Amino acid sequence: MNRIDQLFAKKQHNILNIYCTAGYPQLDDTLTVLETLQASGVDMIELGMPFSDPLADGPVIQDSSTQAIKNGMKLSVLFQQLAHFRNHISVPVILMGYLNPVLQYGIENFVKKCAEVGIDGLIIPDLPMAEYEAEYKSLFEQHNLHNIFLVTPETSEARIRKIDSISKGFIYAVSSSSTTGNNKSVDLQQAYFQKLEGMQLSNPVLVGFGIRDKATFTSACEHTNGAIIGTAFVQAIAQPGELSEKITSFVQNVRPIPQQA
Amino acid sequence: MNIAINTSGSAYHVDSKGYFGKFGGAYIPEMLYPNVEELQENYLRIMSEPSFQQEFEALLKDYVGRPSPLYYAKRLSGKYNTNIYLKREDLNHTGAHKVNNTIGQILLAKRLGKKRIIAETGAGQHGVATATVCALMGLECVVYMGKIDIQRQAPNVARMKMLGATVVPATSGSQTLKDATNEAIRDWINNPVDTHYIIGSVVGPHPYPDMVARFQSVISEEIRLQLQEKTGNPLPDYAIACVGGGSNAAGTFFHFMDEPSVKLVAVEAAGKGVDSGFSAATTVLGSLGVIHGSKTLLMQTDDGQIVEPHSISAGLDYPGVGPVHAHLFDSKRGIVMSATDDEALAAAYELTRLEGIIPALESSHALAKLKDINFKPSDVVVVCLSGRGDKDLETYIQHLK
Ligand SMILES: Cc1ncc(COP(=O)(O)O)c(C=O)c1O
Repeated sequence: MNRIDQLFAKKQHNILNIYCTAGYPQLDDTLTVLETLQASGVDMIELGMPFSDPLADGPVIQDSSTQAIKNGMKLSVLFQQLAHFRNHISVPVILMGYLNPVLQYGIENFVKKCAEVGIDGLIIPDLPMAEYEAEYKSLFEQHNLHNIFLVTPETSEARIRKIDSISKGFIYAVSSSSTTGNNKSVDLQQAYFQKLEGMQLSNPVLVGFGIRDKATFTSACEHTNGAIIGTAFVQAIAQPGELSEKITSFVQNVRPIPQQA
Repeated sequence: MNIAINTSGSAYHVDSKGYFGKFGGAYIPEMLYPNVEELQENYLRIMSEPSFQQEFEALLKDYVGRPSPLYYAKRLSGKYNTNIYLKREDLNHTGAHKVNNTIGQILLAKRLGKKRIIAETGAGQHGVATATVCALMGLECVVYMGKIDIQRQAPNVARMKMLGATVVPATSGSQTLKDATNEAIRDWINNPVDTHYIIGSVVGPHPYPDMVARFQSVISEEIRLQLQEKTGNPLPDYAIACVGGGSNAAGTFFHFMDEPSVKLVAVEAAGKGVDSGFSAATTVLGSLGVIHGSKTLLMQTDDGQIVEPHSISAGLDYPGVGPVHAHLFDSKRGIVMSATDDEALAAAYELTRLEGIIPALESSHALAKLKDINFKPSDVVVVCLSGRGDKDLETYIQHLK
């Protein structure tokens, strides 16, 4: 069974998913970040594949991507770093990134490589749903990779239903119509989260964008299965100090006691 | 005048799914989907409404000053021993072809009930043309412009400000057109309900490449009528235009795409030379990928990072090319050439001294290829003079020897 499904099978609430750009702050920090996040009790990890022109991202994640690319991060390097990570990391790991680098790597090669190293899901925000369905769905499924789709407060109910019907793993609910790293109030979005809850979708829902601390995390979890923190985490590990200490204390501040299912 | 609506059956125009051959489509994050879908579902309907067409045509005529003249450049023709006609988009209000598109899109935005307009700009011509129509319609206007371009196109920045627009510097990446486009797209993501994004070229997700081409198609529609009148034949042997994203070229080619006798020549910016590492010659240096929501040819590293281009001309300094041009090139219907910074400068001086017309640096790239094509004395050659050179005077003066 896919590790994302295993997770949701035993735990449906307060799922904490942390995003970090691969190869950031230093090229070889990727594994340290994964290990420390797991040790801090994080339920799931989203690794960013850096891209020069990340349209859906705000300045913080964009700058981390620019730095990671400067550090020498690219898909071939990332797959080398991840070659044996499943020996000691068991939480679900999702790769998030834009379509162009994946196209250049070759989608088929990419999917095979993801399956080989032990990736559980993909978020490619600019891969159109229709194209995924027509050309890549069976390939992804064959390799037990879940493709995660985004929905926003502006997404129509019919489209949410359609997305739910072809999704596996979970649905990524963007908290407000924005790029990553916005400070729009998560509380104001409760009606939208409630609407999603009321739709009784077949997939779990995780909230992302604008989740940055304990208060926003707790608020986002009220009507959903959990939340994703990106920008605030990237900012935290950019501060001076020892990397694993920064990671541990960030996670502790968001969710003090690692919860057991 | 009439906006071209029916293009079905053509191998070179957009298909029902928003593709030009294998290029185009809408590769956008979900946050942009409602906005883009709204345009996809409404643009052709709105553009074909008689009231829309009337308003568009009236503004093109009395506000922009169309039809723009088709000028027989006698001394230039003499020099190249052929018959060269210049399509005088430089004489439009605001000084370039860009205004044809911004008039069309602002009328569309109004019909969609939008209150706020955003745009990206490179040379500043599209920014000025957008700020102009926003002033005309009383809509708020925000223009994103690369920090480097703000420096090298100062007169246009001043014009935008005088017109009441807010000019926001794009400070990421190469700080030029690509980055200004990123920032405009991010603004649109953050303002999904009341804002229309007026893209300035035939780039971006479907329907933009097709929509902008249709608004610019007035260029070739007029050329046909004007050539008929002047030569007795609506078709030239050559239609030549510069290509940044490709909107003036798309407008110049539009009504000739299905006329195989007309050679369509697109001229890209070679910068300091195609192989110099400082170039914007996208079709030569690029490969298939996705940029700004469109599948097209773009300059990129082998791991898919978009490369920062170089051109002396801010309007051509773009690492991608509109999907229609990728398709014209790929299908061999179009001919792609490139002109270096130096060739463009020389061509600008040549036109100025032979004809008394100071062209925009962008347009000078198209003029620069006249020397490289083996014309027959009987050939009829149309060059799109996409804009005037006022904004480039500082660059021109620096190179005055
Ligand atoms: C005068 C002029 N010509 C050409 C261009 C290039 O744009 P396009 O390739 O869309 O015609 C610009 C862009 O700023 C311009 O100002």
